[in-house]
Parts: sequence; structure tokens; C-alpha cells
Amino acid sequence: MSESKKALATFHVNGEPHEVAFAPHKTLLEVLREEMNLTGTKHGCELGECGTCTVQVDGVPILSCLSLAVDAVGKDVRTVEGLAQGSELTPLQHCMADLGAAQCGYCTPGVLMAADALLKHNAKPSRDDIKEALAGNLCRCTGYLKIFEAVELAAARMRGEKAEPSKESIYGS
Amino acid sequence: MLRLPTFTYHRPKTATEAVAIACQHGKAAMYVAGGTDLYPNMKRRHQTPTQVISLQDVPGLHSIDWLPDGRCAIGAMVKLSALEHDAKVKAAHPAFAHAVREISTPLLRNMGTIGGNLLLDTRCTYYDQTHEWRESIDFCMKKDGAICWVAPGSPRCWAVQSSDTVPLVCAMEAEVELVGLDGVRTIKAGDLYRDDGIQYLTKKPEELLTRLILPAPKGWKASYLKLRRRDTYDFPVLGVGACVWTDAAGTVTKANIRLGGAGSYAIPATASEKLLVGNKLTDELVAAAGSEAMKPARTMDNTDLDVYWRRKVAPVYVARALMACR
Repeated sequence: MSESKKALATFHVNGEPHEVAFAPHKTLLEVLREEMNLTGTKHGCELGECGTCTVQVDGVPILSCLSLAVDAVGKDVRTVEGLAQGSELTPLQHCMADLGAAQCGYCTPGVLMAADALLKHNAKPSRDDIKEALAGNLCRCTGYLKIFEAVELAAARMRGEKAEPSKESIYGS
Repeated sequence: MLRLPTFTYHRPKTATEAVAIACQHGKAAMYVAGGTDLYPNMKRRHQTPTQVISLQDVPGLHSIDWLPDGRCAIGAMVKLSALEHDAKVKAAHPAFAHAVREISTPLLRNMGTIGGNLLLDTRCTYYDQTHEWRESIDFCMKKDGAICWVAPGSPRCWAVQSSDTVPLVCAMEAEVELVGLDGVRTIKAGDLYRDDGIQYLTKKPEELLTRLILPAPKGWKASYLKLRRRDTYDFPVLGVGACVWTDAAGTVTKANIRLGGAGSYAIPATASEKLLVGNKLTDELVAAAGSEAMKPARTMDNTDLDVYWRRKVAPVYVARALMACR
């Protein structure tokens, strides 16, 4: 792809085709937000140091700020908008909301995509597994504890267990 | 918003084609593997190639091959996360798998490659900043300026070798395979680097690193120990790669210790190595060898943590790395 020319390509994002014209130097983050209006994916440091732009490409969580859009053509891209089915949130999203694991919310899309990828291949993650999977996602509000608890609760519910949050996890109860 | 500068994007189908494109464009061209080092550098205008050559379509760079003599040949495009989870690599080269796991974050290891990590740009407090930040101090000699702000009287750049794998593969006497205009050549990993923050590689710019070849796991034991502020994200402010060869009686026949994060290349702790040879790795010897590592740890105030403290802990980290080689 030459410097100035835009190329037309079809992206597969959240199971839907998106035909977009873009230049080769555009990152996947820029194309998602600015060409497809999928603004759920956030831009933070844009240098790979915060994780808020995390998306899944072929099921693998990666940083969209450091990925060229052109390299995502032909691959299965999943963003935070692709988690819920209609108005039905995933167990992970429910648990994040119920346990106050999202405060300002800016890191939440990235955390969700990284945690979702973990739960897909590890149905019973340990606390250390969760810490490791989320080690690339900075959160400046929660202190991480509520996020870890939300992922654990979601994992238990996804396994079919009737799990409830511990009383200490819910403010005021 | 930090955006990439414009460039023409190439995706050659062979290593020869990639080298030809690099030769055609000279200094305007750079290779990209995972992009986790190059793209941040391009966003901050440290590196501004107008021709970016992606290696993702080059065959042979994506596999881990075990050679008949027990060596392990790792393609330059193998993702760091693939390496850290590879059962055979973990079993045969636990120190290497550990060093790979110490790199940055899981998200970046899903993108970054072993080739990219081996060729990681040197880093510095006065360099790894945005263009505007660097402009406000009139830049530095590594990019756009004339002075080294770490040592203003110095004629050279002191940017720091910051890869986690480099000190270890140099200590292990691994090899790297390079493809250039004249064909393929294989050199010792240690010979790929030079003690200069700007010209930190000895290879020609168009030469393509295609494979890292780890030695057969026999007769030696290696370790890697990393110092950093956080347990994730951070580059090493000290990274000790150690490799010790012993005979059947447990006597050291050869030892290599390399200090990463302490200079512009992985510095050999020669005096420590000499102390070890001909002796057994007793607690006393390990401590003494550690003490000898303070001198070569030429820490300067160009990365995180206190410069004098970093130097003082070098003996401790070297001793711990050697303990892990027992």
C-alpha cells in the first residue's frame, strides 16, 4: 500500500462486514473509532502502556493502538460492542456492573476484552491467572480488587454455579 | 492523539524480496515484526521510515524447529506469548521461557516477536518521550539533537540495552541467523551488539534477522533475573543473564554473566566469570562473584530507579542468578 492512497477493504468486526477506505498508516484503533464509529474501544496512552484499546483479533487480545488496520483485514475482530447480544449483557459484564468493578469506566472495555479472552480458554481461572491476564490493563480507580472478584464471579456463573458476590464486595450490604 | 506518520507499507513474500526492498530504499526503510517497539517509536518520531516492510508473510519465520543435534531454532516472527507457553521450550530452556515471560505485558507478548525483542531499540529517559517533550530540551544526540543529556560532556550516546532476552541469549552463547545481500550468515548472539546507544547493532541495516538458535540443553544451566519497579509493563533496569557450564563433579568449566539494563549492550561481568571457573558454586563463591559485578554495572541516570542503588544491587542480583544456576 502506498503512502497517500487509501485502500478499500472489508473488515469483519463483531460478526459483521464493514467496508472502509483507509490509509496504510492508520491503526486498527483509529479505523474502529473514526471510520466505523465503534467508539467503545478507548484510546489512552496510544503507546502500548495502558491496555484500554484492547480488542480481540482471532480470539487473541491485542492492543489496537499498535496494530495496523491493514493487518486486521480478513481476520475476526471483536470489540466491546460485540460482547452483549442485543440488550443481553454477558455474565462478565453483569458481574463487572454488580460489583462496582467499573468506576470511571475508561479502562473497562479493555479489561472486558482481556478477561473475556481469558474465560474462553480457562473456565476456572485462579486469582493469579486473572492477575496475569489483566497485567496489561491499567485501572486508576478500582485498585483492581473488584475487577478480580468480578471475573471470578463471572467464571463461576459461566460454569453454572449459583455463585453470589461476597457481602464485603457490595457497598453498604 | 499520537498518530503514525505516513508511510508505504510492504508485505514481501520472501526474505530475499524483503532484503531487496530494504536495499532499494536504504535509510528510508525499516522492517517491522510485531510493531510494539517500532510503532511507538514512530508515533514519537524517533524512527520515521517512509517505507515499512512487514515480515508477516515471509515463510519460515513463524516456526520453532528442533534441530537433530538438539539445538532449537526459533523463527524471528514467533510471538513471545507462543514461546512462553511452548511446552518443549519451557522444558528444555526454562530460563529462556522465563525471560520471555518477564517481557512487558501479556497483551504486548501476544503481539511482540522474539526477533523484535532481540533488536529492541535502546532506551533512555531523555529519548523515550514525545516529540514535543524532546523538542523542549532541544533533543538529544540519539535523535535530532547534538548532546547526551545523561552525560553532557560525553561524545557518545548512553541509551540502555533494555531487552530481557538479550543478556540471556548472549550468556547462553546462542546464535542468530541473518539474511543479507550475500546470502545467509550465522553469528554468535553476543556479536550482534555493540557498546553504543545509537549504533547498537553490528548487522547491516538491510540484513534480516531470521532465526535465533539456542544451544542444545546439555552440560550447562542458565538463569535470568530482572529488576524493575512494577511486576509488569516495565523494561529491566537491571537484567542478569547467567549461564554456567559444569563437569560431572560440579566444577565450573565455563561461566558467562551478562548485565542488561546497565549499559548500551549486555555487559560481560568478566571478573565474576573468572572467579567461578575451576571451582564449585558454593554460597561463598557465589557471593564473591556477585561482588565483582558492581564494577562492570555502569549504571547511569538514564532509566528508572536511583542510579547508585541500581549499581549496589547488581552484586545481589548476580549472586541470585548464579544461585539459580546450581
